[in-house]
Amino acid sequence: MRRYEVVFVLAPGLTEEEVEQQIEAYSKVAKESGANVLETENWGKQRLAYPINKHNDAYYILMNLEQEDGSAISELERRFRVADSVIRFLSVRIDPELKRAEKMERRKEARLRRRAQTGSEAPAASSEEISSEAEVEATEEKEPAAAGEKE
Amino acid sequence: MGRRRKYCRVCAGKHYVDFKDSKFLSQYISESGKIIPRRITGACATCQRKITTAIKRARHLALLPYVER
Repeated sequence: MRRYEVVFVLAPGLTEEEVEQQIEAYSKVAKESGANVLETENWGKQRLAYPINKHNDAYYILMNLEQEDGSAISELERRFRVADSVIRFLSVRIDPELKRAEKMERRKEARLRRRAQTGSEAPAASSEEISSEAEVEATEEKEPAAAGEKE
Repeated sequence: MGRRRKYCRVCAGKHYVDFKDSKFLSQYISESGKIIPRRITGACATCQRKITTAIKRARHLALLPYVER
């Protein structure tokens, strides 16, 4: 299942109700093209970092979608392009990133567990970090000694 | 003596680099709106790349400026 994050920016000329209507309409489009709308978030009227079409602020809407293929995204994007009220949009696929974050999380947990285990059995110099630190210290000690021999 | 050693603050803090988080990303742009190079930020290559794409995405949505006078 692919996860998508869609952000679109609506012109400030709309009223709050019209914005809500638009959100409804686009969620409906997404659902009809076979995507699950996980959440929609209205950030409200925000100041733009630079003027777009002479607008200085605009409504930001975030949508999280889930779908097997990206057909809903292409349909949404097509509609965004046609709609006059949508001044900017961006859709990003986020499931590879989420997966990676999850993997990192799992690896971290495993490492902590291992550390806890080895820590209880052999408390001295058990974890990777401690041993690598010890190595660094050892090499540092050797160097001045070698310099002394040369002299 | 010397400057403090640089390290990747993204990795250290396990920060998910999000284009929506303009406050975080603004740490990585200069006053004129340029992306600050890795040389100065100290971010690792992977994170710097993530930051760069995130900034570019944020710029497109006008969350961050392209140029600031």
